[in-house]
Amino acid sequence: MMNVMETEDIYRAAFRERESQLARQEPDWLLETRQQAMEAFGDLGFPQPHDEDWRFTSVAPITSVPFQPAGRDSIHCAVELMETAFLPDPLAARLVFINGLFSPQFTKISELPAGVQVGSLASALAKSDGWLRPYLARSADYRRHAFTALNTALWEDGAYVHLPKGTRLTRPIHLVFVSAAKAEPLVCYPRTLVVAEPDTEATLVESYVGLDSGVCFSNAVTEVVAGENAVLDHYRLQRENARSFHIGTLQVYQSRSAQFTSCSVSLGGALVRNEINAVLDAPGAVCTLNGLFLGLGHEHVDNHTSIDHAKPHGSSRQLYNGILGGESAAVFHGGILVRPDAQKTDAIQRNRNLLLSPDATIDTKPQLEIFANDVRCTHGATVGQMDPEALFYLCSRGVGREQAREMLIHAFAAEILERIRPDGVRAWVAEALRVRLANGRT
Amino acid sequence: MQPSMLKIENLVVNSGDREILKGVDLEVRAGEVHAIMGPNGSGKSTLAQVLTGRDVYQVRQGTVLYEGQDLLGMKPEERARAGIFMAFQYPVEIPGVNNIYFLRAALNSVRKAQGLEELDAIDFLGLAKKKMELLEMDPGLRERAVNVGFSGGEKKRNEIFQMAVLEPKLAILDETDSGLDIDALRVVAGGVNAMRAKDRAIIVVTHYQRLLNYIVPDFVHVLLNGRMVKSGGKELALELEEKGYAWLEDQLVGAPAAG
Repeated sequence: MMNVMETEDIYRAAFRERESQLARQEPDWLLETRQQAMEAFGDLGFPQPHDEDWRFTSVAPITSVPFQPAGRDSIHCAVELMETAFLPDPLAARLVFINGLFSPQFTKISELPAGVQVGSLASALAKSDGWLRPYLARSADYRRHAFTALNTALWEDGAYVHLPKGTRLTRPIHLVFVSAAKAEPLVCYPRTLVVAEPDTEATLVESYVGLDSGVCFSNAVTEVVAGENAVLDHYRLQRENARSFHIGTLQVYQSRSAQFTSCSVSLGGALVRNEINAVLDAPGAVCTLNGLFLGLGHEHVDNHTSIDHAKPHGSSRQLYNGILGGESAAVFHGGILVRPDAQKTDAIQRNRNLLLSPDATIDTKPQLEIFANDVRCTHGATVGQMDPEALFYLCSRGVGREQAREMLIHAFAAEILERIRPDGVRAWVAEALRVRLANGRT
Repeated sequence: MQPSMLKIENLVVNSGDREILKGVDLEVRAGEVHAIMGPNGSGKSTLAQVLTGRDVYQVRQGTVLYEGQDLLGMKPEERARAGIFMAFQYPVEIPGVNNIYFLRAALNSVRKAQGLEELDAIDFLGLAKKKMELLEMDPGLRERAVNVGFSGGEKKRNEIFQMAVLEPKLAILDETDSGLDIDALRVVAGGVNAMRAKDRAIIVVTHYQRLLNYIVPDFVHVLLNGRMVKSGGKELALELEEKGYAWLEDQLVGAPAAG
C-alpha cells in the first residue's frame, strides 16, 4: 500500500524521466502544454472525497497501486485474442493501440474518402504539427481535472481523425485500445483527437478492452471538435477485466448546428469512471448522450456527464440505464448547465437503474444549473428491481427462470442498445453484453 | 371413462392472513371443458393462478395431482413444460422482449422437455403465421414487444395465440372474455374451440355466462366465497345468468323467504 503523496510522486517522476526525450521529439508548444498539465496535477492532486464531483467515487484503489508505465515490449498480443476485440467489417478503418502504443500490425485502413486522415497521433506530430496545434489539448481541461492533467502530461500515443470540410464517411472508424498487463500493474494513457470540419459526417467507435488477466489502469482522454453542421455518431465500449481501472474523459466541443450523438457502454472493471463533457458553443447544436452501464461482483462504475448549453436553441438528451448485480456500486451524475445566453434550450435527462441484487447500490444525482429563463429542462431517475409479474409471465410459458431473467435484463439494456444506429455495431455491443452477463455473477 | 388429468382435493389457499380458497375439490378429465363461475372475489382467479404456480399465494392444505404428479411441488416453468397453460386475465406488458422471440423460446423449452427437436426460426415463423391467421391477428403484433401497446382485445387474442402455439394439455382461461367486444369474443372462442380435443382439457374461468354461449362447457361449477357450492351441466350457467349469484348465496344460508 502506498499513500497518495507517494503515488503522486511516482507520476511526477515518470514525467521528469520523459521530459528530455519529449523536448527532443515534440514541438515546443506541446512540451509547454505537458509541463503546464503536470504542474496543474501537482496543484490539484488526486480527487478527494470532499470534491463534489467525486463524492461517491473514491480513487483510493487507484492511488494505492504503484502502476508502471507500459513499455514498448508490453505490446505483443496473440492474434486470435486480438481478433475478439475487433468490430467486424465493413469498416472505413481500424486503428489499434496496445497499452497506449500504436500497433501498425493490427491496424487496417480500408476505405477513406479523399482528404480524410486517420492515424497515430505521435507520428502525425512528427510529420507536421501545424494543423494539430489549435485543437490538441485545447478543450479537455487539464487545469481542473487531475486525470486529464496526467493524461495530457504523459500520453505517448493515440489516434487522430481528421475530416476535412464536406467529407462523409459511410462506414465506421474503429479505434481499439487494448490493455494487457501480466504480473505487474501497468498504466497507459490513450489519447484521441477527432476534428470534424463543417458539413462532415462520420461514425466513430472507441473500444477499450482488456486482453490479459493483470491489473491495468487506462487513463484515456478523447477530444472531439465538431464543426458547423457536422454530424458525428460516437460509440464507446469499455470492457476491461474485473481487476482493472478505467478513467475515461470525452470532451466534446460543438459549433453551430453540430449534432453529436454518443452511446457509451461500460461492462465493468474494478473502478470505472466515464466522464463526458460537452460544450454547445453555438446556436442550434444538438447533443445526445446515451449510456448503458453494468456492474457485477464488487465493481464500481461511475458515469459523469456535463452538458454546457452556452448558446441559444441548443438541445440535449441524456438517457442512461444501469444494470447492477452482486455487490456492485454505481454512480450517475448528470449535469446540465444553461448559461444566461442559452435561451430556448431544450434539455432532457433520464437515468433508469435495475438492481439485480439487494446488495447492489446506485447513487444517482441530477445537477441542473439554469441561468436562462426561457428553457425547458427536465430530469428523472428511477431505481427498481426486476418485475416479478413479468418474470412469472415468462416462466408460466415454459421459459426457465434463468433464461427469463436474462430476457428481462437484455430488454432493459435494449432500450439503450436500440439507439445504436449501425446494425453491425449494435449486434457487436449486444454480444459483448451477453458474454459479460453469462460469465459474471448477477 | 378417461383417467383423471387434474385432481384437486380440499385445497385451502391464503393470501397473507386472508383465506381465499377454503377447501376446493375439482376433478377434470382429458377431453372435458369445465367452466368455473363465480362473482368477483370468490377465488376464481386465485385458483387459476395457484394451478399455474404463482408464488404470492400460500397453499395451507390440500393436494393437487396433475397426471398423477404433485403439481404444487413444481415450478411454474415445469408446469408449463408438463402441458399446463393459463391465459392471463391481465396479460403482462414486457417492454424490450419481442413477442415472437419470446414465444419461440417458450415453445422450444416445452419441446425440449418433451424430448422433441427445437424449431428453427423459419419453421417457427411458419407455425406462428398460421396460428395468427386463425385468431385474425394483425401480423404487425409479431414484431412488437410482448403485449406492449396492445389493445385489451389484442392482449387476449395474444394469450390464445400463445396457447394455440404451445398446444397445452390443460388450458386454463382466466376471464378471457372480460373486456372483449362481441366480434373479438367470437374470434377468441373460435380459437379455443379449434383446440378442443379428446386428449386436452380446458378450464374456463368466467364471471359471465356470455362466453359459454361460444365455448360450451361439459360441466359448470360455481365458486362462492372460496368454496365450490354447486356443480352441474351447461344448463347451470343459464340458470345462474337468469337468477344471479344471489340465488345460490341465499340457498346456501337457508335464506328466509323474501318479504
